[in-house]
Amino acid sequence: MGHGGGGALSAELTRHLFLPAYGGETLAGLADSASVTLGGARLAFSTDSYVVRPLFFPGGSIGDLAVNGTVNDLAMSGAVPAYLSCAFILEEGTELSTVGRVAQALGAAARAADVTVVTGDTKVVDSGHGDGVYLNTAGIGLIPESVDIRPQRARPGDVVIVSGPIGQHGIAILSVREGLTFGTDVVSDTAPLAGLVQAMLAATPEIHVLRDPTRGGLAAALGEIATASDTGVVLDEGAVPVPDAVATACALLGLDPMYVANEGRLVAFVPRTHADAVLAAMRAHPQGGGAVVIGECVAEHPGMVVARTGLGGTRIVDPPLGEQLPRIC
Amino acid sequence: MKYIDEFQDPELARRLLDEIARTVTRPWAMMEVCGGQTHSIIRHGLDQLLPDTVELIHGPGCPVCVTPLAVIDKALEIASLPDVVFCSFGDMLRVPGSDRDLFRVKGDGGDVRVVYSPLDALRIAQRTPDKQVVFFGVGFETTAPAIAMTVHQAKRLGVRNLSLLVSHVRVPPAIEAVMRSPDCRVQAFLAAGHVCSVMGTSEYPALADTYRVPIVVTGFEPLDILEGIRRAVRQLERGEHHVENAYPRAVSAQGNPVALRVLREVFTTTDRTWRGIGTIPDSGWRLSDAYRDYDAEHRFDITGPAAAEPAVCRSGEVLQGLIKPHECAAFGIICTPRTPLGATMVSSEGACAAYYLYRRLSPPHTEEKASVD
Repeated sequence: MGHGGGGALSAELTRHLFLPAYGGETLAGLADSASVTLGGARLAFSTDSYVVRPLFFPGGSIGDLAVNGTVNDLAMSGAVPAYLSCAFILEEGTELSTVGRVAQALGAAARAADVTVVTGDTKVVDSGHGDGVYLNTAGIGLIPESVDIRPQRARPGDVVIVSGPIGQHGIAILSVREGLTFGTDVVSDTAPLAGLVQAMLAATPEIHVLRDPTRGGLAAALGEIATASDTGVVLDEGAVPVPDAVATACALLGLDPMYVANEGRLVAFVPRTHADAVLAAMRAHPQGGGAVVIGECVAEHPGMVVARTGLGGTRIVDPPLGEQLPRIC
Repeated sequence: MKYIDEFQDPELARRLLDEIARTVTRPWAMMEVCGGQTHSIIRHGLDQLLPDTVELIHGPGCPVCVTPLAVIDKALEIASLPDVVFCSFGDMLRVPGSDRDLFRVKGDGGDVRVVYSPLDALRIAQRTPDKQVVFFGVGFETTAPAIAMTVHQAKRLGVRNLSLLVSHVRVPPAIEAVMRSPDCRVQAFLAAGHVCSVMGTSEYPALADTYRVPIVVTGFEPLDILEGIRRAVRQLERGEHHVENAYPRAVSAQGNPVALRVLREVFTTTDRTWRGIGTIPDSGWRLSDAYRDYDAEHRFDITGPAAAEPAVCRSGEVLQGLIKPHECAAFGIICTPRTPLGATMVSSEGACAAYYLYRRLSPPHTEEKASVD
């Protein structure tokens, strides 16, 4: 169970089981999407599967996630996403009207993200062997000349920017899955980020790293970047934007917002000299209005993320082991 | 909606820290009883900000940590049975028994479910009458009332397929056990606010008198904890030893009468074994005779053999405040959250896990010290 949580256990499964079995240098980069060359063109290529419960939640659905998740994985290498595939795995007995709603949501999300679904597949599994609908999407996009964005490129002196408030998707899902209410509705942040990335690249091509902090949250994303680049990250904990409702829900459940999933946010590592231009471009874009600097990349403690607490202490922000588990009390 | 920011204000924290520093004239050691407080202290770096003369000793108040290996093994055995739905709070799932944990049981096909409230287990029992639903009743006085209410409701509704595996513990006898230890260095206690929000403060004056120790009921946010420390230091400096309530927004002297009523109807006190510490008289809750039918240990024929704790693990001393986590030779070397030897490393509230997660940048010991026999 923990191996699917996007944390250290997921990473181990990939490094110690999948990579040795597959081989291949492109995989070894372990970015959100692979960069490949085909006929002279630099392509980004990515796939992801979606098993979210429930299928519809505040702010979106599995259909939106299946488009936005793959579009965002492509965008995190600076690519302009172009085409998607989509495979439906349906549990026997699922209402066709439900499948129809998912397909409609998927189509609408694809149009909003300016990508085209060009191929697909449908399979049906026995009743009891799925949660209604599972989706897999794969996508390809073109990486512009002069763009080189990957986790290994983080450098001491980069500033770390997050595009908006964190934790909304994970708490929105939890609120409907477990029937919990937190005094106010929390809506998923699911959104396509390719347009935001293009706006950032228009401000400067000097963007070193982009990552969308999905499963495992900000902590997992920053931990992966620190490890891949062998640098340290220092976060200003007070600067990390956490909506009040998310903070309250996390406090009630004993969760840390740094580890809660997002589906419409990105973190960027940018040279300090370009940070103002990137921030201005982000804030002018609908998906980046809440962009703020949350920390910096340092030479000290390579591979580790450290937070300066609001009160002046420090703490390590480790990658999560697996899923976060709510505390007893 | 703001419930948290007000209690993390850096300016107010600085003022409290300054006042503590001005008040202290000599070294003092105080114990925060609850693992939630330990977690907050380490997470916010409060111990780094206090004067060196104020030492915080981490107490035994982590319910995950103190649940004995034998009880974990019983849980694993019951959860593995066919036609059993085993319900637990989330943080018990990674706690290792002798040879596996609840995650492994789930992976092997056991029906193990994380619930957010014990009442969820009652609903599952009502929806699946052909299954035996077992709830893992772990925790201090904080969780006991909701679990007691669940059993009370089950009996009232005639739900017969629900039972509890009970391992509840009580805080005041643990404080007494700490004070009775010949190695005890604790000079004041920060009592757990959420425990007192249920139980009130009536159990504490006798302890404060007997052991001549200040007890300050304290909350969990940084300002709560600093205020608790400020009051404890003030008492120590004045040579006083009484009970103070520094968490009045949640705690009244009489506690929660509704919770207490159901607690006393469903549970009765009993001797309880604490993992790493041993048996503490009268330190636990068990189901009262009227609710004995709901006791999973009676309902299921389980014998689970419990292996001994690893000899190198010093979690018992950590739980009693006798050593800090990094003083254990195994800490961070062979004992990590991924490969825990003791429950203090497993639980997110455990002192060892808190030190590992938030503090291992400064290597706690040298290679020689790290060698483990």
